[in-house]
Amino acid sequence: MTRKLLTGNSAAAWGARLAQVDYIPAFPITPQTEIIEDISIWIDNGEMDARMVTLESEHSMITAAGSAASSGVRVFTSTSSQGLLYGMEMVYTVAGWRVPFVMINVSRGLSAPITLEPDHNDIMAARDSGFLQIHCATCQEITDSVLMAYRLAEHKEIRVPAIVNQDGFYLSFTREPVELPDADKAAAFVGEFDPENLQFKGSAPLSQAMAVLGGGPYSYFRYEAHLAVQRVLSVYDEIADEFADTFGRRYDMIDNYQMDDAEYVFVMMGSFATKAHDAVDSLRNAGWKVGLARLRIFRPFPQEKIRQLLTGRRAVAVIDQNISMGMGGVLHSEFATALYGMKDAPAVLASYIGGLGGRDISQQEFFEMINEIKQACDKGEIPHPRLLYTQNELTEMRKLQAIAQAEHADINQSEIKQKETNKK
Amino acid sequence: MIKESLVHFHRMKDMPSSHLLGTGTPMCAGCGGLEALHNMYDILGEKTVFVNAAGCMTLLSVYPFTPFRGGWLYTAMASAPAGAQGVRDAMDIRLQKKKLSEDDNMEVVVVTGDGSAYGMGLSATSGAIDRNLDFIYLCYDNEGYGNTGQQYSAATPHAAITSTSKGSHGYPGFKKDLFSIWAANRPAYVATIIGAESLDLAKKIEKLKTMKGPRMLIALAPCPPGWDYDPKLSVEIGRLAVQTGVWPLKEYIDGKVVHTKIPRQRKPVEEYLKLQGRFKHLFHPQRDEQGIAEIQARIDAYWEKVTE
Repeated sequence: MTRKLLTGNSAAAWGARLAQVDYIPAFPITPQTEIIEDISIWIDNGEMDARMVTLESEHSMITAAGSAASSGVRVFTSTSSQGLLYGMEMVYTVAGWRVPFVMINVSRGLSAPITLEPDHNDIMAARDSGFLQIHCATCQEITDSVLMAYRLAEHKEIRVPAIVNQDGFYLSFTREPVELPDADKAAAFVGEFDPENLQFKGSAPLSQAMAVLGGGPYSYFRYEAHLAVQRVLSVYDEIADEFADTFGRRYDMIDNYQMDDAEYVFVMMGSFATKAHDAVDSLRNAGWKVGLARLRIFRPFPQEKIRQLLTGRRAVAVIDQNISMGMGGVLHSEFATALYGMKDAPAVLASYIGGLGGRDISQQEFFEMINEIKQACDKGEIPHPRLLYTQNELTEMRKLQAIAQAEHADINQSEIKQKETNKK
Repeated sequence: MIKESLVHFHRMKDMPSSHLLGTGTPMCAGCGGLEALHNMYDILGEKTVFVNAAGCMTLLSVYPFTPFRGGWLYTAMASAPAGAQGVRDAMDIRLQKKKLSEDDNMEVVVVTGDGSAYGMGLSATSGAIDRNLDFIYLCYDNEGYGNTGQQYSAATPHAAITSTSKGSHGYPGFKKDLFSIWAANRPAYVATIIGAESLDLAKKIEKLKTMKGPRMLIALAPCPPGWDYDPKLSVEIGRLAVQTGVWPLKEYIDGKVVHTKIPRQRKPVEEYLKLQGRFKHLFHPQRDEQGIAEIQARIDAYWEKVTE
């Protein structure tokens, strides 16, 4: 076991290396690119026995990832944001092929307006595709989750691709100490890829990804994929136990912090949850019974675990780092679905949208949210959904707008002056 | 350079007498694309993985039936060459790691229509050529988005009536020169073929079988519903396409373009045009002399430059 300072991107590349992948179709995009740079150096130096090919787009990259996995090799790939959306047709398609492979998504806000900094709207767009989704909060978790993702994706009763998600900049470019699993142990944990029938060979004719006619076969295959994704819920703990036994680190589907007696709960995904972690410590010191539930496995959605976890809590603040236009936070509506009609469900399930495009969430805001959901409980009200945005930010924004509209404003002012002159 | 002695197909009686591709597919009667595919498959043999893009041929394999004796993978409209990349690379990796025997190795063949080849899939095709991917690409070119009801595509010839160019003058644009675009990428091999000239087709397939790298084929695919003619005329229309010079049979090899069947006495183009409903407006209600002459002039201009 080696301890190294690694960025999230290097941690992801190490995951691929330790999983002994055969094939890496690639395409550069910020903030993901370092992953493929690391891998290409290792391949060139002979430290990694794999083949990497740079495609001409993410659409082609995900096609090649799927078709290689359909031809019997272990595949790793990575993308981000616009790239994920450019390849989105194939994200859905290859999931339907029921081919196991692992793709890193380095979350980054979507255009427009174009930005480089993180939020989760990109990965939410893949929500309904049939890919598993694991969301990481630390660099260590990225390496470890890649290994676990192969076990889940390649499970004989699952066989779907998986996305391991990390936040751009906050993880991708941030160095943290990572305990790299021993190569032999990692190889033994992940095991050799047994493609079974997923391979083309001259002596065994096979058609894959064929068309269907009519809704009957279509519904069957689609629902079967849904059931396959859900099967993760029943095999996950066993794989997590084995990982913990081998490497000493245990990852649950939901990463709970101070949840045992928590009356008020933050729900989050990704690296911004580490900010909530600190806030929980401060609030606990001040005597508040506060906890944090960080959802790691987003697809399949661990509905039962969530129900068990939140039974009897007073109030929940769901912080979405995404926004579904015209609806609000995606995670919030999913939690509402999970909790609806449940006996002893929290009286308040409040929705907060924050951290869009890398916007920070301050400690003060965490305190304010807890205060607000407590007040709501006390008064028996449901708070309105809120965007985390300060007066200060709005003032700064107004300044930018004034600059952007400088010419227009000048004309208006000169018109006003003109009118005033005329009056005189 | 391929030696002539490697080519088995000198005359029609050398051609395979039975077909590999199964019957009973949902392709239309008289499908020129299927004719080309039949001829090609017979020579390539069953150790072939077809990687398909959205188009008419997608309906060849509908669960749980397939006419293919080897492999089939449907991808999407834009990325069949990328699908071929993944399959080829995976098989090479498995060969190298001794997980696949040489005997089980297969040829990877992209099969798409002109809608994909001339348009949406061109970027992926160019990328595959850049990477010197070892594959064959068959474009069956029926000169329009045939599977959706023959809307005009970048492969539609000037003046053709399509379901999105129904005006009195037909399609105002001109057929894109995909052969030259592909050849400019410098792949191992590019050729035009047509099912109606099966001997020429067979020689080309035999030749490219011995080669490595990107090997590209464009098959003009007479299309009874799309071009509006009786299915029994498909072979005749195909031959006329060659005899009138509308569809030059040629190949790009070793950096040079060579015509494989030069029609010394070209028939007037109207013999080809008048059999097809999509060009009916050139003849009815009255003959469009100027329109026909313009089409003829463009063909003549092409062949004037041809020396070999």
